[in-house]
Amino acid sequence: MPEETLALVKGGSFLIQETSPEDVFTPEDFTEEHRMIAQTAQQFMENEVLPRIEEMENKEEGINEDLLRKAAEIGLVSAAIPEQYGGAGLDQISTTIVSEKTGLYGSFATTFGAHAGIGTLPIIYFGTEQQKAKYLPRLATAEWIAAYALTEAESGSDALAAKTTAVLSPDGKHYILNGTKMWITNAGFAQVFITFAKVDGEKFSCFIVERNFPGASTGAEEHKMGIRGSSTRTLILENAEVPVENVLGEIGRGHLIAFNILNFGRFKLGASAVSGIKYVTNEAIRYARERHQFGKAIIDFGAIQHKLAEMAVRIFCAESMVYRTVGMIDTAMRSIDQSSPLATTEILKAIEEYAVECSIIKVANSEILDFIVDEAVQIYGGYGYSQDYPVERCYRDARINRIFEGTNEINRLLITGMLLKRAMKGQLPLTAAARNVLNEILSFPSLEEEQNDLLSGERRILTNCKKTLLLAAGVAVQKHRDSISDQQEVLSLLSDLVIAIFAMESMLLRVLKGIARYGASKLEIQIKAVQICVHSALPEVENKAKQILAAVSEGDELRTQLAALRRFTKNTPLNLISLRQAIAQKLKEEGKYFLS
Amino acid sequence: MRILACLKQVPEKDSRYKIDDTATGIREEDLVFETNESDVYALEEALRLKEKLGGEVVVLSLGEERVLKTIKSGLAMGADSALHLTDPAFRGSDAFVIATSIARAISDQNFDVIFTGVQSEDMAFAQTGTILAQLLGWSHATIVMEVNVSEDGKNARVKRELESNLFEVVEIPLPAVLTIQSGINQPRYATLKGIMQAKKKGIRTLSAQDLGLKNSQLGSMGSVVDHQKMFFPEKKKKTVILEGTPEEAARTLMERLHKERCFSRWPSAERNSLCLARFWF
Ligand SMILES: Cc1cc2nc3c(=O)[nH]c(=O)nc-3n(C[C@H](O)[C@H](O)[C@H](O)COP(=O)(O)OP(=O)(O)OC[C@H]3O[C@@H](n4cnc5c(N)ncnc54)[C@H](O)[C@@H]3O)c2cc1C
Repeated sequence: MPEETLALVKGGSFLIQETSPEDVFTPEDFTEEHRMIAQTAQQFMENEVLPRIEEMENKEEGINEDLLRKAAEIGLVSAAIPEQYGGAGLDQISTTIVSEKTGLYGSFATTFGAHAGIGTLPIIYFGTEQQKAKYLPRLATAEWIAAYALTEAESGSDALAAKTTAVLSPDGKHYILNGTKMWITNAGFAQVFITFAKVDGEKFSCFIVERNFPGASTGAEEHKMGIRGSSTRTLILENAEVPVENVLGEIGRGHLIAFNILNFGRFKLGASAVSGIKYVTNEAIRYARERHQFGKAIIDFGAIQHKLAEMAVRIFCAESMVYRTVGMIDTAMRSIDQSSPLATTEILKAIEEYAVECSIIKVANSEILDFIVDEAVQIYGGYGYSQDYPVERCYRDARINRIFEGTNEINRLLITGMLLKRAMKGQLPLTAAARNVLNEILSFPSLEEEQNDLLSGERRILTNCKKTLLLAAGVAVQKHRDSISDQQEVLSLLSDLVIAIFAMESMLLRVLKGIARYGASKLEIQIKAVQICVHSALPEVENKAKQILAAVSEGDELRTQLAALRRFTKNTPLNLISLRQAIAQKLKEEGKYFLS
Repeated sequence: MRILACLKQVPEKDSRYKIDDTATGIREEDLVFETNESDVYALEEALRLKEKLGGEVVVLSLGEERVLKTIKSGLAMGADSALHLTDPAFRGSDAFVIATSIARAISDQNFDVIFTGVQSEDMAFAQTGTILAQLLGWSHATIVMEVNVSEDGKNARVKRELESNLFEVVEIPLPAVLTIQSGINQPRYATLKGIMQAKKKGIRTLSAQDLGLKNSQLGSMGSVVDHQKMFFPEKKKKTVILEGTPEEAARTLMERLHKERCFSRWPSAERNSLCLARFWF
């Protein structure tokens, strides 16, 4: 648990208010216990998991179970399970650290996340006392392994359109389930499936199905592009008999479980990407130092330095977003009285509060991951295309992250969708903020005071990007009103602006907090990283805002808006090339990613 | 059984060292520290002994505040309590001063066995355990590979590593100091529960004054080793062409490699005996 208490912030409020650096959680705020947990998890991955990659990629049986059980002995699997059910009952920061470390091997991260995350959390948060007592102690030791089975062949993104049905048996003791769930991680060995079916064909509900219930079975292993060390199969329910006690939550309210659990899943996915990108980047740095062409180590070529610096900046960014968000979630969770009967409801509310941030992290970090594995393959050249080097596998393993836990398209729509909904409900004063910006552009521009403090230019850019977003969103909503949800391109572009703002701000606040604590001279490279991030984001923000405005406005109106946009995005460019060179030089010296 | 495990904090293995301004030591700034490798094996041995015969394991570390990290990870692995010897005056102390301080700190504590690592990875003197035994007037065994304490807790049979793959088994009376070789067991993980419980375990802090030691007995003043100069070895590169048939060349190569101790990068028992050999002879 963090030593200092952070202020409770509302989800999404970062768009309209300034956050002070003291109020964000950063990896530098880890306690001694957090650091030890990180070390244990890292050692576990290095000593137990990494040596078995080849066997796992070859689908040798029993290894996933074996590793989960070993991880359970150390307490990694049960970190989130309350103590009275055999878990460690740790804070959100600790479980995030564990998730981060599992990402060192994509297949294991997937297996682990499906078991300890989306497979176990539904029982922790929605289970009855009996359900918890029966399942959690066995899941804590990984004696039983869990899976989460929502998707069907014909309902992926549109999960609520599931065709699986549940009918109460004549004696009222069982629900009889019929249907097939597709792409179910851990299906090869899971004992417990959290699955969904429509009672009487309409009431979407959640069930705990055990592997050996009559009528439950699994299909053959899928042949996948990546994460080949994980198990993915169908779950077949043919007149499966599920005792009525195994209904999870309320009949007809399964969507609450499905969506709330996905928020966790998205966030944890983003967290586990962080160690994957550190690993791949370190491999690439090492290779670039060793590989010589034209009489030089390739790390001494500007084109390669550009790549490595960009990779490092993105790692720092991905990590800053993850820990800032978990800091918010943890603060909200700690304000809840765990002994109150309403605790579960409050916990779910807390998670839902940060659903926007969870989706941002899912999209941003899965794309950062793909960017980095792609550049790593490129740095390896032909050898990157060979199975002899781990980057080839990392490249394939990374790709799934943009698809599962809600595709990035769906998550982009959700980000803007949720924000607009909160604005309409008056939960988040976005409308007022947008109105202020629209008024501001009609008034004379006030002369901005030039500030010369460290990173003040970047802070100004950030503020202006927020204004740009509010301008674009305000204009788009005014134009489309109720039909805005049909404007997917506009909503996705707006989402990109939201993501860029959260990314820039999380990095900036982390570095400002660091400067206050350790002094600017200790953070020279991190400061350069923020500058690169902010100054590269600005033109992208401008370009996307322009596309939105051009799509929703025309004539004089458009001209006024574009003039305002020009004002918001005015900036003297920095020499990003020299900043990247400085970072790359240090990466070369250190031989590894060192920013955090 | 009252068991003590001594843990030293040393710079991480792949650290990039810089010589300090006085050219007699290493610059500590920017270094990341971890628990000395063989000390972790020593602690594991201590915990196993407690599991077998019952009792209590205390970990001890001497150093500034940063060594609390090492102490806490020892507690998280399962030690029951800890002693932290800390004082600015300890800076620059050699093995003699450190052993003296440890001896003072535990003089009234009735330990039956003290485990230390065979040597520290930073200075590699391999002296602290031996000097400590001498000061306490206890028996000791170095480079210990296996420990078997008798049921009555009076004796220990220990297997020691000698040169050239030779071992020696000796029986020594307790109390004793055993310096443990790396790699002899599989140290346990600090479990998440262990980590959280460690917060509640007691750490007793002792200063030089608490130990009844004067400044003149501490630091470089109290030390018997005088560091005159610290420098990086000069890199000399030379190419040798080995004559003869491939078999002969291979044999000559192996001999040369052994002779020039090129295997010292290997993390095996061999490495340590080589390092020791280098130090002793
Ligand atoms: C290896 C692997 C493991 C998996 N593990 C699990 C698991 O453990 N449990 C589980 O329940 N599921 C799991 N899944 C399923 C995964 O969550 C789905 O594949 C994912 O949700 C996408 O659904 P779909 O494949 O049906 O694609 P579709 O929904 O058909 O989407 C196809 C394309 O259309 C886009 N699209 C769809 N709807 C819209 C829309 N409204 N607007 C704009 N674009 C849209 C999508 O973004 C995508 O680009 C797994 C999948 C894989 C491949």
